[in-house]
Amino acid sequence: MTVLSRVSSPFAFGSGRARFLIERNVYVYRRTYMTLVSGFFEPLFYLLAMGFGLGVLVGQVPGPDGRDISYTVFIAPALLAASAMNGAIYDSTFNVFFKLNYEKVYNAVLATPLGVGDVALGEIIWALIRGQLYAIGFMGVVLLLGLMPSAWGLLAVPASVLLGFAAAGLGMAATSFMKTWQDLDLVQLVVLPVFLFSGTFYPLSVYPEPLRTIVQFSPLYRGTDLIRRLMTGALDPVMLLDLGYLALLGMVGLAIVSRRLDKLLLK
Amino acid sequence: MTADPRYHRGPMAQAQSPESSLIHARGLTKRFGDFTAVDAIDFDVAPGEAFGFLGPNGAGKTSTMRMIGCVSPKTEGTLTVLGMEPATYGPLIRARIGVVPQEDTLDQEMTVRDNLVIYGRYFNLPRAEARRRADQLLDFVQLTERAESSVEPLSGGMKRRLTIARSLINEPSLLLLDEPTTGLDPQARHLLWDRLYRLKQRGTTLVLTTHYMDEAEQLCDRLVVMDKARIVAGGSPRELIDQYSSREVLELRFASDIVESLDGQLEQLLDGRAERVERLPDRVLVYAADGEAAAVAVHAAGLRPESSLVRRSTLEDVFLRLTGRSLIE
Amino acid sequence: MTAPAVHVFEHRLVSYRRTFRGSLFSSFLQPALFLTAMGVGLGALVNRPGNAALGGVSYLVFLAPGLLAGTAMQTAAFESTFPVMAAIRWVRSYVAMLATPIGVNDIVIGQLAWIAVRLTMVATIFVAIMTLFGATHSPAILLAIPVAVLTGMAFSAPIAAFSATQENAEGFNMLFRFVINPLFLFSGTFFPVGQLPALLQPIAYVTPLYHGVALARQLSLGTGTVSEAILHGGVLVAFVVVGVVACLITFRQRLVK
Repeated sequence: MTVLSRVSSPFAFGSGRARFLIERNVYVYRRTYMTLVSGFFEPLFYLLAMGFGLGVLVGQVPGPDGRDISYTVFIAPALLAASAMNGAIYDSTFNVFFKLNYEKVYNAVLATPLGVGDVALGEIIWALIRGQLYAIGFMGVVLLLGLMPSAWGLLAVPASVLLGFAAAGLGMAATSFMKTWQDLDLVQLVVLPVFLFSGTFYPLSVYPEPLRTIVQFSPLYRGTDLIRRLMTGALDPVMLLDLGYLALLGMVGLAIVSRRLDKLLLK
Repeated sequence: MTADPRYHRGPMAQAQSPESSLIHARGLTKRFGDFTAVDAIDFDVAPGEAFGFLGPNGAGKTSTMRMIGCVSPKTEGTLTVLGMEPATYGPLIRARIGVVPQEDTLDQEMTVRDNLVIYGRYFNLPRAEARRRADQLLDFVQLTERAESSVEPLSGGMKRRLTIARSLINEPSLLLLDEPTTGLDPQARHLLWDRLYRLKQRGTTLVLTTHYMDEAEQLCDRLVVMDKARIVAGGSPRELIDQYSSREVLELRFASDIVESLDGQLEQLLDGRAERVERLPDRVLVYAADGEAAAVAVHAAGLRPESSLVRRSTLEDVFLRLTGRSLIE
Repeated sequence: MTAPAVHVFEHRLVSYRRTFRGSLFSSFLQPALFLTAMGVGLGALVNRPGNAALGGVSYLVFLAPGLLAGTAMQTAAFESTFPVMAAIRWVRSYVAMLATPIGVNDIVIGQLAWIAVRLTMVATIFVAIMTLFGATHSPAILLAIPVAVLTGMAFSAPIAAFSATQENAEGFNMLFRFVINPLFLFSGTFFPVGQLPALLQPIAYVTPLYHGVALARQLSLGTGTVSEAILHGGVLVAFVVVGVVACLITFRQRLVK
């Protein structure tokens, strides 16, 4: 593959200048860092409400390996996974849509040596960096509250980034097909059921059988399973399936984005 | 200036080699589905000159500029920019040109200075160098005092100047300007023209589109007139006027009820004194070598126009002659 | 409403017609999803014999009225932030209105009236779905619709007043992160406020959502006393009144210069 990306190559990942787009986002957030910092509190509030408020009502639940664990320990990994997904989805849908259609940020960028592939890659990597920061913050709180029985749990940080990659890839791919703000309602329509029904708040065993199979296709279910197994130390070969599934979704998303952005930006 | 033989042959006849021109186009065509935006145009831009595309909205100017800027693939024909093919060498070409798009695409989320610095980073400039150039360019476009301001409160003219400064951050040898002064007030336009003139003096090649004939006359060494996706004429402003218009124009305004009754009358009356008579909705233009003499003849014949004015021919007259329409409709 | 305020209301209605399909869909879907996932699904874990914290009702029945009030708050908060900012700054429709016989007070009243109608739509749909889920014990649930609207307005009026003072949407992100979302989680929606640490309980008592949730739950379960209901309703009305007055002031400051 040559360094010079062709104007309309089908799978262009750019000229290696994606980092400048990341730098651009750092410039922007230097001025509005509170928005960035505040994102950390979202999963924290959920953890306190669900874990400590609701946890007393729920008591013990079966963990991934069948042993009972406290509800707070059960839900902490799911909240980490959900916030990784939500953050990546928000960045790759609403933010990208706004930049694409209103701010015309990318039109200016493409007049420079950066190509469409750089733009796609830069935005996704930026979303992952943010996700990583939040994951580290959340992990700190989990350790502070003593909610992580296994040291394998530290790997939950990179695992949540992989989930973010899958979500960002798919989110951006979907955004590239959207024409109006109303189309973005679809994002909520998909994200909310995924958030509620991916084994986030209770074990898979609560679902009736046909639903149980469908849920297993949810990227958030796979991410939650991976992270919950790491954090509770319930390691299992199924985690390889989790890893592969998330990586595949992310790659597919990225390939679609790269093609679609060409069509949208290079007319 | 006109000693260069190319100017006499016109752009269509030029057989210039691609190596010596910064932009070289033959049969360049752009289609969007069934719609042909640019229809087999030929032109060359030489290093150091200011080259213009003059034409009304929708003539195909912006599509041409986007192809030159390597953000829009051509449909047919040949195009080289800086001796390279945009389809293959887009990033390399874009690294060496500056682009001022028709709509400002400034980054609303950052300050005036950061807009320039980060744009410099896109060109792989070291941070310190990008900052140094940013400050220099802010000075050049007289925005130093607004360096820490955000973009939103700037006036239209200031945003335009910032966009031009941004396009210069990579010290381009070729600057593309799409409608650089559209929508600006006269004062802001003159300030912009002055900055562009200085760039030209420093040897930067300017390629601009405009539908203002005064802008084309002020800035362009050479221009092509575009209409309905095609190039209909080319040359220096002076040559175009000499070739397609008379030396002077007599503008007459009549009370509206008289205009119809004038049919044919003016031509008869001015027989020999005028090259051509054009009727516009609001006035009548008499093209004549000697406008004063034509005016005397009109008055002597007993016609009483509400006003009459003798002026020199402009590119507006050239466009009217070539297309039968005005530039700004 | 004065005649000019009706025009403001109409304007909002007409703009809403363009987006209404998507929002109607989510108005149905969101409560149904939440009631299924949390009420039924999580309920399977919560409903153990001897779990007395919920006062002897199933988790679904406990949760539903809380979600009703919480949803009203979220809808109200959204409708009083971004659309207000758009009308002041991005689309400038308020500015255009002020060039006509419409005055600032008409804008405030028309805008808030429109939000009240939106809330009525959302609350009615929610109550219908609650009933379908069998999540209510009392016909008094119909009164929970005006209560949800009142709860929404107790947020809407002060938030619209706040929106009129903002230069960009950054403040809204903070509002949702640090006010609306925590209230949604901690105001007795998902679990009784009595389970909060003693230090936090008084904070819950001064927020409008706590009173909205408590009143809606009274009506849904058919429990509680009249004097409690009057107290809860009184707090909500007080928030609305203060909010409307604040709107009249901040809208005027922003729009009339």
